[in-house]
Amino acid sequence: MIPAPKRALPPPLLSVNGVSRSYGKQLGCQDISFSVRPGEVLGIVGESGSGKSTLLACISGRLQPDTGSLVYDMKDRGPVDILALSEPERRRLARSEWGIVHQNPRDGLRMDFTAGGNVGERPMAIGARHYGNIRSEAQNWLEKVEIDLSRTDDKPKTFSGGMQQRLQIARNLVTRPRLVFMDEPTGGLDVSVQARLLDLLRGLVRELGIAAIIVTHDLAVVRLLADRLMVMQRGRVIEEGLTDQVLDDPHHPYTQLLVSSVLQA
Amino acid sequence: MSIRLHAEGLSKTFTLHTQGGTRLPVFRDIDLAVRGGECVCLHGPSGAGKSTLLRSLYANYKPDAGRILVEHGGKIIDLLAAEPWEVVEIRKRSIGYVSQFLRVIPRISTLDVVAEPAIFTGAAREAAANAAANLLTRLRIPERLWSLAPATFSGGEQQRVNIARGLMVHYPILLLDEPTASLDAANRRMVIELIQEAKSRGTAVVGIFHDEEVRNAVGDRLFEVGKSIDVRSAPHAEKEKSAHVGASVE
Ligand SMILES: Nc1ncnc2c1ncn2[C@@H]1O[C@H](COP(=O)(O)OP(=O)(O)OP(=O)(O)O)[C@@H](O)[C@H]1O
Ligand SMILES: Nc1ncnc2c1ncn2[C@@H]1O[C@H](COP(=O)(O)OP(=O)(O)OP(=O)(O)O)[C@@H](O)[C@H]1O
Ligand SMILES: [Mg+2]
Ligand SMILES: [Mg+2]
Repeated sequence: MIPAPKRALPPPLLSVNGVSRSYGKQLGCQDISFSVRPGEVLGIVGESGSGKSTLLACISGRLQPDTGSLVYDMKDRGPVDILALSEPERRRLARSEWGIVHQNPRDGLRMDFTAGGNVGERPMAIGARHYGNIRSEAQNWLEKVEIDLSRTDDKPKTFSGGMQQRLQIARNLVTRPRLVFMDEPTGGLDVSVQARLLDLLRGLVRELGIAAIIVTHDLAVVRLLADRLMVMQRGRVIEEGLTDQVLDDPHHPYTQLLVSSVLQA
Repeated sequence: MSIRLHAEGLSKTFTLHTQGGTRLPVFRDIDLAVRGGECVCLHGPSGAGKSTLLRSLYANYKPDAGRILVEHGGKIIDLLAAEPWEVVEIRKRSIGYVSQFLRVIPRISTLDVVAEPAIFTGAAREAAANAAANLLTRLRIPERLWSLAPATFSGGEQQRVNIARGLMVHYPILLLDEPTASLDAANRRMVIELIQEAKSRGTAVVGIFHDEEVRNAVGDRLFEVGKSIDVRSAPHAEKEKSAHVGASVE
């Protein structure tokens, strides 16, 4: 058998090249490079303070990296250098093609809007007009994330943490973004709620073919959701590969420690 | 039939950093070619490295050296040199792997667990569900269990669900790690039948079967995987001459 030559690939959805960010003397993340393909789910794990949230904020345009470049393949413009976009352009891109799920639902929801209003805001912002359509689409999504329709007109502050997190997911996925950034989407929830949220996410991401970058400290979460995994320690990526490879046959001492210190992922 | 899977020069040593950097050589310089329609049984004592080899053929473990050439989408690809997304694609369509134990996905029904691999390849939901129901019936999983998540099932039931999931897609290459270990005679015979059907479709099968009845029924030849090696040599000072793998035995 003779292997075929490597074929040329379509451009990745997002490529991250040499991104570093420090806070004064404090290292955030250093020299990170990777790319994500359409529909691919990438997990990022690592100990507390290893730079995961810093990296996620940098690549989702919320934090300016000190060095490095970010190229994103826009739907109708093709590959663009995100850092060279103007602020309004970047915001428009984020609104129309990205979703950002924050660890704390309060950071990602409008606490003064109703649940339906939270879900309907983005479709409205990118040009949907007809009130009836928006409302029925919003309700459709509330159903998908298992929020009772009788709560459509309630404000999220009357919701439990798990419901708020599900609402945040609906708010982000309603416009079918091409790329979703999630920081600890199951953090702070009790175990049974986590499990529910996880298979909800798993179903939605696979069904809609959305690419996602998920930061978490929970190896079971990446096992279930991520195709590929990066392990961070002290601001750097120390091991990466297919999720099951990295978890079942870890090579780096830190990854081995991480994997052996949980019961089973 | 032509060769569907060809492992060349495969070597694997684990380095256990959490245990003082102990090096654990498992196998070295393995050469294994499997034709379509053929079933090769990995053979050797416990700890010899059978599962390690099988997992390596699925790129679940990363061998230190060698190539694993597989046919995928009409082309020959080296699984060990492939990009992660490519491995995901190859696993979706070209290589199936049935692990020894089912990895339960919380809250997903048995029927969906089984149908899922076909849906991932783009099959229609309805057709996939029908095929899944058919496999579950043949493997004697009572219909009242289909809507439940398999988390609470018995060991043998979980294993049969796992086999059904692994056989949903007609992969050209199929890897089986002790698929009959906790099954009774009737279920064992059904698994034999299913493996024979896969072979007659031209699937290249590599399996680990402790059960001699199964081995005799489906196996075309044995492939001896090392002897149990206990060469726990210190870091940088390993001697691994016993990490050999014999040629195929008839
Ligand atoms: N705004 C900030 N000002 C100063 N230092 C910061 C700031 N944000 C993060 N850091 C520091 O940068 C490092 C990386 O932090 P980051 O939040 O990225 O870690 P993390 O991997 O997300 O950790 P965790 O798992 O605990 O959320 C830490 O040492 C942190 O203290
Ligand atoms: N992920 C791993 N990390 C470290 N060592 C491993 C790992 N997987 C297997 N090994 C070691 O590799 C050797 C071969 O194990 P393997 O599971 O391949 O044996 P086997 O032939 O399948 O045995 P059995 O018949 O008992 O299933 C053993 O010494 C085992 O401890
Ligand atoms: Mg963080
Ligand atoms: Mg084994």
